[in-house]
Amino acid sequence: MQSILTETKTSRSQTGNSKKNTVDRRLKALNIAIKRNQYHQDALIEILHKAQESYGYLEPEILEYIARQLKLPLSRVYGVATFYHLFSLKPSGVHSCVVCLGTACYVKGGGKITSAIEEKLGIHAGETTSDNQVSLMTARCIGACGIAPAVVFDGNVTGKQDPETVLQQIKAWQSEAE
Amino acid sequence: MDLTELLKIANAERNKQKSIRVHCCTSTGCQAANSLSVKNNLATAVKESGLSDRVEVVGVGCMGFCGRGPLVQIDPEDTLYEEVTPEDAPSIIDALNGGVVKPIQGDSQHPFFARQMRIVRQNTGKVDPESIEEYIAVGGYQSLYKAIYDLTPTEIVQEISKSGLRGRGGGGYPTGLKWATVAKMAGEQKYVICNGDEGDPGAFMDRSVLESDPHLVLEGMAIAGYAVGANHGYIYVRAEYPLAIQRLQKAIQQAKRYGILGSQIFESPFDFKIDIRIGAGAFVCGEETALIQSIEGKRGNPVPRPPYPAESGLWKWPTLINNVETLANIAAIIREGADWYSSIGTENSKGTKIFALTGKIRNNGLIEVPMGISLREIVEEMGGGVPEGEIKAVQTGGPSGGCIPASMLDIPVDYDSLSKIGSMMGSGGMVVMDRATSMVEVAQFYMEFCREESCGKCVPCRAGTVQLDALLTKIVNKKATMDDLTKLEALCQMVKDTSLCGLGITAPNPVLSTLRYFKEEYLELIQANNLDVSLTS
Repeated sequence: MQSILTETKTSRSQTGNSKKNTVDRRLKALNIAIKRNQYHQDALIEILHKAQESYGYLEPEILEYIARQLKLPLSRVYGVATFYHLFSLKPSGVHSCVVCLGTACYVKGGGKITSAIEEKLGIHAGETTSDNQVSLMTARCIGACGIAPAVVFDGNVTGKQDPETVLQQIKAWQSEAE
Repeated sequence: MDLTELLKIANAERNKQKSIRVHCCTSTGCQAANSLSVKNNLATAVKESGLSDRVEVVGVGCMGFCGRGPLVQIDPEDTLYEEVTPEDAPSIIDALNGGVVKPIQGDSQHPFFARQMRIVRQNTGKVDPESIEEYIAVGGYQSLYKAIYDLTPTEIVQEISKSGLRGRGGGGYPTGLKWATVAKMAGEQKYVICNGDEGDPGAFMDRSVLESDPHLVLEGMAIAGYAVGANHGYIYVRAEYPLAIQRLQKAIQQAKRYGILGSQIFESPFDFKIDIRIGAGAFVCGEETALIQSIEGKRGNPVPRPPYPAESGLWKWPTLINNVETLANIAAIIREGADWYSSIGTENSKGTKIFALTGKIRNNGLIEVPMGISLREIVEEMGGGVPEGEIKAVQTGGPSGGCIPASMLDIPVDYDSLSKIGSMMGSGGMVVMDRATSMVEVAQFYMEFCREESCGKCVPCRAGTVQLDALLTKIVNKKATMDDLTKLEALCQMVKDTSLCGLGITAPNPVLSTLRYFKEEYLELIQANNLDVSLTS
């Protein structure tokens, strides 16, 4: 464990003390989750959820740390982390845009929304823009079929979208960053 | 807590409730349309108009008409308002005082509502899902009390068997039989699992039930636990449903505080605790053996059956796995009796089923109808038909189901009729498609879904779905020949016959059913290729 702490600390030491505190807080949240689950190996998915929530994504050192804490082989932890779609081993952008491609959204043009964003941002679904601003993802039905096509902007479900409204939101994010 | 105390809570809550209740939907769909601001503005309007002594604003669960949200309904006069904006709030409250009613008023007697029969969704849209007292006030947890004190576990299993209830998750396995198998297994530990991993794209009834009436599911699970001799339950919910998870957590805490969950429920020797397990985005985890693996913290790979989970499930102990909607039927069956329940529906499909009516249709949303109702009634009368043009097909059962052509709309909707024509009930998604939808593209859409969601454990599914997807893509891109079509048909049969779990076994269904009813679309695309070939040569 010591390795992550020192590594992350040194890499961010230029930015001052505040960053150091965030690192500690993130680790603390993870440790609380592990203790709350009493180091039970079957709580692996819960703990990975918590780790991703605090760190944003699952970096290799975090997976190693969790494996050691739960006394599980790293292969098992890595296997679970890569099996489930919601776990990400890559850092994501500042903003996230998840286009639902469930059947109802697909029939009502969810696919067109995805291609419009892909064209506009020059990235594919599952990728992040080079300025690290926007991550584009697709989902397999978020259960908001009544208001299809649905798009989730930074965790907020928005219904009845079309390529124009979605591009507007992305433009707003981009101008916010400038 | 005993029955007197339960009734006391119910009475106190009923007395506390004001004579006019303004119900505002706070489920995911309506929240996305800004219903929380609507609710706040309604509450402010009530305060400002001085009606606080007889009017209250209550956040409730899903009213079903999700396509027209946010929805506001006034109880008891049953006025419905659709697509309400926060600015509409004052005029709605004004109307209670004899003011002018705005044109946003909807029709609560529309066939969409009038044709429904609500058993599972009886309380949804009427009670605050975050308040256990409101659930108790409408008779909640009395079935659990009755189960513990008036019935023996054997009698409960018999009652469920007699009711004819079948699994609502898709398989349609008789629920009573499943309960009886788990009940007669020896074992010092048994588990009850509620399968809330509603992965079928186009289905959201389980989300709605969990968000709108979480206590109903908890009560069903506790009764199931008592009947089969389990004292620990897990609810497995998709991580994509954060509101459902949050409301379940709250509901479990509230029930524990009242001694309705936990140890010595209603001061009886029966203990039952419920934990939530959150999925992480894998469709295959809806399959029961994969779901068990996932609860154990492993990759969601299915394992061969037998042994069935009823004999050897979670941590190798006998385990009862039921779907959310199945468990949500239990309290009503115990309360009203098996004879009442079995009088609803058809000979082999009893009770009601919730369907998610979506796609190219006027009235989007959730409906609960008695089994055996015709598909035409659902789509044309309740759903109001397609907005433009003609209906072409209705897809039921998600990636495991099939497409029903418009010419067969008169079939009754029940387990057997649907599987006879090559589709299935599935979890209840109904996606309506109009003439503009290409059925080959729909088949390809589902195959791509299954290809990505295949867990990779067995070869027929892992490799078969990749090949099927490639063949379908070739056809869609007008690059295919008749040989490819023959290959497609043969491969579908092979994947169906040799895959390990339900995902692979049913993956070819959308292709097979579109081939059965819309073969001309495949042939047209293939002929278009032949034409190109002959032109260039």
